[in-house]
Amino acid sequence: MDNHLFVSGHTACAGCGQSLAARLVIDACGPNTIAVNCTGCLEVFSTKYPESAWGIPWIHSLFQNSAAVASGVEAALRYLGKKDSINVIAQGGDGGTADIGLQALSGMMERGHDILYICYDNEAYMNTGVQRSGLTPFDTNTTTSPAGSQSTGNIRPKKPMPEICLAHGIPYVATASAGFPQDLQRKVKKAVSIKGPKYIQVHVPCPLGWRHESNLTLQVAKIAVETGLYPLVEFENGVLSAQKKITPKPVEEYLKIQGRFKHLLANPEEIKKIQAIADYNINKYNLKLETESNQ
Amino acid sequence: MKEFLEGSLAVAEAIRLCKPGVISAYPITPQTHIVEELAQLVANGKLGSQFVNVESEHSAASVVLGASAAGVRAYTATSSQGLFYMAEVVFNIAGLRLPIVMTCAARAISAPINIWNDHQDVVSLRDSGWIQLHAEDIQEAVDMHFMAYRLAEDKSIMLPVIVSMDGFILTHGIETVDIPSQEQVDKFLPSYKPLYKLDPEDPITIGPLVDPDYYMETRFAIQKTMEQVLDFIPKVTQDFAKVTGRAYNGLIEEYRTKDAERVIVAMGSVCGTIKEVVDELRAKGKKVGLLKVTAFRPFPVKSIYGALKDIPKVAVIDRALSLGSFAPLEAEIKAVFSGKKKRPSVISSFVVGLGGRDITKDSIKEIFRMLTAKERSAEFIDLKPELLKEEFSDG
Repeated sequence: MDNHLFVSGHTACAGCGQSLAARLVIDACGPNTIAVNCTGCLEVFSTKYPESAWGIPWIHSLFQNSAAVASGVEAALRYLGKKDSINVIAQGGDGGTADIGLQALSGMMERGHDILYICYDNEAYMNTGVQRSGLTPFDTNTTTSPAGSQSTGNIRPKKPMPEICLAHGIPYVATASAGFPQDLQRKVKKAVSIKGPKYIQVHVPCPLGWRHESNLTLQVAKIAVETGLYPLVEFENGVLSAQKKITPKPVEEYLKIQGRFKHLLANPEEIKKIQAIADYNINKYNLKLETESNQ
Repeated sequence: MKEFLEGSLAVAEAIRLCKPGVISAYPITPQTHIVEELAQLVANGKLGSQFVNVESEHSAASVVLGASAAGVRAYTATSSQGLFYMAEVVFNIAGLRLPIVMTCAARAISAPINIWNDHQDVVSLRDSGWIQLHAEDIQEAVDMHFMAYRLAEDKSIMLPVIVSMDGFILTHGIETVDIPSQEQVDKFLPSYKPLYKLDPEDPITIGPLVDPDYYMETRFAIQKTMEQVLDFIPKVTQDFAKVTGRAYNGLIEEYRTKDAERVIVAMGSVCGTIKEVVDELRAKGKKVGLLKVTAFRPFPVKSIYGALKDIPKVAVIDRALSLGSFAPLEAEIKAVFSGKKKRPSVISSFVVGLGGRDITKDSIKEIFRMLTAKERSAEFIDLKPELLKEEFSDG
């Protein structure tokens, strides 16, 4: 028996980045934690009645309200005088967080609840069959942003959720990746040590939706960071306090191992646009390693 | 203690006495005075609740859901579009068997937007799994909230309760109200001890994915519990009478129906007007009466059957519609007598007071007049013919 608070035996797909990240998050939070979950893959594969993968008190209500339900849990703990000893986390996928749940999340942050919100970002509505969300990257081929003779895929870049959260003036915002487990756990531990609303967005590859081999999950996650397409950044009290430094790899290395970008490989113009997104991130967050020896 | 109070303030006072741990609400007319007063009570240190100001009714319902799951008594209030906006959560709360109490300041539905009273909002949520009680006056609205928590939190019930009070008419009306003392309330309503809660000492999973092998039984369980609620409400009202001296049937109220030849069935504040008309007509020797339906969910089929089976002519008043079919209360009253030998010879149905149109004594008298051998369905009363003419004419 292991001592994880999120245990195996659930029904996630082979190579699921979200199940790995969820286990890392919950273990980092520890047993004195109550989790509130959006509807989505994580809820579905971890709680098929009468089984549950959760070793902590856990509740799922609806798709878009985990931040609001968590606000109620936090308020109740405050009323009972137990808030200081119990962490409250709310979690959801990118759709449940950045699209349908954005209003509830904004309310949670604006009201200053002592809650850590975790967004497991697999960049589309995977649970319903890979439809595009507000966090689907530019030019991604999904079932509702399909590539075709008149389309190169999703027409919009990712919604800037970390910036949206920062604009609420909350004390801690970070991005993390299933490809960097220690970094993820360090960020979660730091977040729960801070009072107030916190937001961590974790990049979690989905072999089914991204169409990569299930044994490549960690590699795909790492290359997303190493190209600058998924910068790992950390903001404390609104100020960029840390970023994962990289020696940038060309974005093709990320695109070519995923079926969702296959339609771009013969289209250098589109690849240029995606490289521009990576370059923008690299400049904006100062991601480039100054000297090779620092690595 | 008897006080001359606005309905909203009286209900807020009742909620204060129930000592909820968490209150959450989003403003909507005519619910606002209730939650404003509760916010002020918290601000003045007279109520120790956590008051969570949310960005929508969806979140208001979600906050009380979370609070209840974490093991505290929780309260919200809304109206009309607000109730519809939280509707998804309303159903979810019942499915999770969380004993939340909500006040609905009953109001019309948009479009066209209209802030005035009818029952289209609350009646539309009849299938949600919430116990639904309709108040006639402010005193009844106040008392229903104590009974609502007692009912909801009983271990054999564990279902949420919505108390409907007519918007403006009861929320903004002023009456003399007897507010019980804290000692009386504490005696009647013990502090909330949850059966299950989110607790790291004893971690449980709430709200899992339930597949076809298990889902149906969860709905069956609520349906069965609703039947128990019909037996349990009279016990709660008796206990309430012991503490306060105010006796309610809790399911229905029969007003001068014993020898009546014509009876109106209605819910909410219109019952007060009907009682006056009944008294006037009785003084003239007319055998008329009122059957007030207090519990719309669960629907007290047996009590209604018993009350109406010997009445020759029954008129059902709806302040709501099921557009394209029978009016909601009409359909249910007719269903009570489906296949029954003893039954009224006529059950007619009338739609009144939509969007706050006044229901006067004349409106009620008109209904009694139209309660003849000719059976009517969803007959609109007090329509303005001149407006209809304009609507349908070519020029």
